[in-house]
This record gives sequence, structure tokens and C-alpha cells, in this order.
Amino acid sequence: MKRRLRDAPAAVLMLGASLTLLGVWTIYPLIRAIQTGHLSCDQTGRKCTEKGWGQYLDVFQSKQFQDALMVSVKLAVMTVPIGLLLGIGLAVLADKHLRGIGFFRTVFSSTVATSVAVASLVWFVLLQPEIGVLSDLFSDWIPALKNPGLLRDPDTALPAVALSSIWASLGFTFIVITAGLQSVPKELYESAYVDGAGSFRRFTNVTLPMLSPSILFISVVLTTRALQTYGEVALLTGGGPEPEKSTTTIPYLIYGRNSIISGNIGLKSAAAVLLFLISLVFALVQFRGFEKRVHYGN
Amino acid sequence: MILLGPSGCGKSTLLRMVAGLEDPTSGDVFIGDRRVNDVEPKLRDIAMVFQSYALYPHMTVAENIEFPLKVRGVAKAERAAAALKAADVLGLTDYMKRKPGQLSGGQRQRVALARAIVRDPAVFLMDEPLSNLDAKLRGDTRAELVDLHRRLDSTFIYVTHDQVEAMTMGSRVAVLNAGQLEQVGTPQDVYDHPASTFVAQFIGTPPMNLLQPGQLGSSDVRVGVRPEHLLIAAAGELEGTVRQVEHLGHEVLLLTESPAGRLTARVAPHADLPIVGETVRFDVAPHHLHRFDAVTGVRVP
Repeated sequence: MKRRLRDAPAAVLMLGASLTLLGVWTIYPLIRAIQTGHLSCDQTGRKCTEKGWGQYLDVFQSKQFQDALMVSVKLAVMTVPIGLLLGIGLAVLADKHLRGIGFFRTVFSSTVATSVAVASLVWFVLLQPEIGVLSDLFSDWIPALKNPGLLRDPDTALPAVALSSIWASLGFTFIVITAGLQSVPKELYESAYVDGAGSFRRFTNVTLPMLSPSILFISVVLTTRALQTYGEVALLTGGGPEPEKSTTTIPYLIYGRNSIISGNIGLKSAAAVLLFLISLVFALVQFRGFEKRVHYGN
Repeated sequence: MILLGPSGCGKSTLLRMVAGLEDPTSGDVFIGDRRVNDVEPKLRDIAMVFQSYALYPHMTVAENIEFPLKVRGVAKAERAAAALKAADVLGLTDYMKRKPGQLSGGQRQRVALARAIVRDPAVFLMDEPLSNLDAKLRGDTRAELVDLHRRLDSTFIYVTHDQVEAMTMGSRVAVLNAGQLEQVGTPQDVYDHPASTFVAQFIGTPPMNLLQPGQLGSSDVRVGVRPEHLLIAAAGELEGTVRQVEHLGHEVLLLTESPAGRLTARVAPHADLPIVGETVRFDVAPHHLHRFDAVTGVRVP
């Protein structure tokens, strides 16, 4: 105990820089957002009235929030499993010791260096009904590509956003899974091979369990990212197409130019705090759900 | 069979070729009467114990031991019974529910062994299985492996760079150097009649004394003599100046310089030992002399 007290000033000094950063950019804004969530303000943002905790419930129960929540969850359901499967698949393929595989590793991981804005722009052009390459190539099979265009059809707009999002996250998934694969001791595969395990069994009995910490990590990160999707929506669809608002995610409801609550900082804060809680619940559920099946090795 | 040699001599590669983890560039691998070059490892009737044990960290001890049987589609109850039997042989029955991470190095090593014996293979392949254990445990496990070998009565191919393991455990020892087979024989035979200067110096601690060509014989042979065969004798043929006296308790090593090269003698600890700087003369019984070709190093009669 004495020793701890003696070390305290040094500890505070060493933690100071991180604590300051965390305080100024995370903890203080979070507290302010929770406070602001109680208020209801007019368009100017100057006149605000105190609405109390009840406002959180009102926002949560509103149709706009529920619709946006649905969109965000759908987006997560579309992007997380496909993103994970593609990332694992490419990483396993690229883990082979073949000539020139380094080139493909670079290609597969390249999207990590691509910002959401650039990725969205690329997909916006690709999917553009009049001049887009994809609509020229595949419109015979998928007529919606030309008319009205995937991003303009209320049924296909969200999957199109998901496509862009999956592509943009693939590099990150690929890198993390590749790192996970490279940390698996070679003898485990050799031992399984000598014991008679075929390539499928080696994958399910050695590769997947050894990758489980990486997979859980990626899954939580991708889910959180999906729930926070804003840039793709703002650049590709503007939350539309109207009037269905079929791509208005919660972050777009909060920040979006066309959002119905765009002028009300109180409601926006309340929605943001709710999004934080929802993301937390999703992350906790995943940790709890996979805890038993994740093996952190020796 | 022990494959013995210094690091990089090819002993592990040889073992891996028997296992089917490496393809030989030329030559045939036979297990029994069967040529297995093109046979998959799982059909070779072998089990391998790796230096790192290669236990699956996410499986319990029981699951690890059962794994080779599970892969072969053995029924669950049968599998569990076989695993229990193998675990019993190695004293692991109390740890069946644990994960490898909760075991000591020696226990992990036993799990790896149990996973091998549960297969009841024709050949056990072991790649330096004791090198990750501390000295005390290594000695104990060495004795257990010898005992296991006797009980199972099947072929063990055991890779090591430790000559003590080779001498104490092997029915036969194959000494390898730089990819070449130097000698195969019983440990005693290899010690008593080393086929080359390499074997002569690799086996035995301290190693055999090799005299400069021209000593104790014609000029085209090198003569070797084991330290224990150098006898202090006033009329001896070899003369050396004592540089160091090492007292090991049960014996004493005399390190001497002589015109014939360095000579190490192993003598009994008695009162009138020579001291550093003193000149001693050694005699050697003719039948204790080893002769090697001065150029090729190969033993000559």
C-alpha cells in the first residue's frame, strides 16, 4: 500500500498525456453528449428546453430512429459475415507459398489505405447507371443496374452501400487474418497431416480455432463500423432514395444533411448516445457469445 | 534406431522423409517391406512426436490424444477407451480435462507421446523430444522412453544431437555428418570401433585423442586413443606437459600438450597425481589404438 502511494505521482505523470487526450476527446464529449441529450433546441440551437431523461426513451421509440436502427442492423448483417468470409478466404489463399503471392497480398490489403470517401467515390462511379462500368457490363443480368441504378432503387440501395463498405473493409480484415495465420505454428499442421487429417479437417480443427481470437476481434470491429456507417451513405445515396429513406442509418440520422432532425442538437445527441449503447450491447453479446469458443493459446 | 549428428547434418530431414513431410530427391523409403515414397503420411502407419510437441492448444488433453483416432473415424466410445489406456501408460489420467496451457513441459511431452502411442503405429518418429525439458526431467523421461520402447516392442526412430541420449537409449545408432551417413551400429560398437575420425571425436566425452600423422605408426595414418586408455607409465611412448588438471570427483582429466598434439587422459583420482607444468609419460595397449587414413579420416584395420 505504502509503495503504491509513493509511486502515485510518477504514475500520474506518466499516464498524464494519455489521460489528457482521452479526457478531452472522449470522456468530456461523451458526458456533454449525455447532458445535451436532455435538451430540445430550436433551429438556431440557442433556445433549448430541458426535457429530462424521458427524451432518450422518446427518441428510441420514434419511427425515425427505429427505421434507422433497422437499416443499420441490416447493413451489419450484410457486411459482417460476408466481409469476414471473404477476408478469411483471401487470407488463406494468399498464405500459400507461391511465386508472386506477395503481389496479391499487396492487392488484397490495398483497401486499408483507401479512405471511405475514395472507396465511396469509386463505387459511385462503378455503379453509375449511365456511365458506370458495372452497369455496362452486367445490366443484361441485373436490369436494375441501368434502370434506375442500384443506388436509386429503394430495394437495392442498401446492398449497394454494403458492397462498397465490404470492399473498403476487406484490406483490414485480410491483414489481421493473415497475421493470425502466420502465428500458427507449422508443426500443428504437420502433426495433423501425419495423423491423417485432410486439408478440410486441418482447416476446421487447426486453422479456425487458432484464428478465433482474430475472428472475434474482426467481427466486433466490423459490426461497430457497420453500425457507425456514415460516409458511404452520405456520398452514395444521401440517406435515400426518398421517400423510403432506405439507407438512412443511425449516424446519417444524426449527421446527415437531409436528416429530419438535422437542426436539433438535443435530439442528435440523444440518438448518438443511444447508438453508443447499442454498439456496446452488440460488442458485449459477441464477446459473451464467443468467449467459450475463443482460444487464446498458451 | 537413433539418428545422431550435429545441427544441420540432415537428421531431422531424414526423419521427415520417413514421415512423408518431405519428398526425397532420390532414393527409396521402405517401412517394413513396403516402399512408401508415394504413400501419404496417414497410410504409412507412423506416429510422430515433435520437438515442440505440437499439441492443439484449444483441445483438452483427452481431445488431443483422441485426435488421430477421430480423424480416422473411430467411434467415440472406442476412442475414449483407447485414449484412457494411452494416458494410463504415461500417468496422465488425472489431467484429461486440462488444456495443454495448464500443463508443465514434462506433462505436455507425455501428452505428445500418448497421442503417438494411441495410434499403435508400426514406427514411432521422434524429433528431439527431450530437448525442451530441463536436465533432471530429461534424465527421467529418457529412462521412461527406454521402458516404453521395451513395453511397446515397436520401432522408434529417434533424432537427437545429444550423444548421451544416443548411447543410453539406442539399440542402434546412425551417426550423420553433413548429409552423409558415417556409421551405423550398436552404441558400444560405435564407441569401440568408430568408422571415421568424425565419429571418433563426436562420440565420447571428452572426445578421442587424435595424434598427428606419423606418431606411433606409419606416416599415412592418424592414430586415435580414448582418454581412458592413456595410462601413466614411466617408460611410456607418449610424452606430454600437463596444462590443466580437472577433478570431476570420480575421475580426473589431465589435459596435456605434446609433440603429437593435445592429449587428454582420464585417470583415477589418487594421491600422487602430476601437477600443472609437470611432464608425464603415457603408455597405450596396442589393441586400444584406432587407426584412420590421414587424408580421408576413414578407419583402417
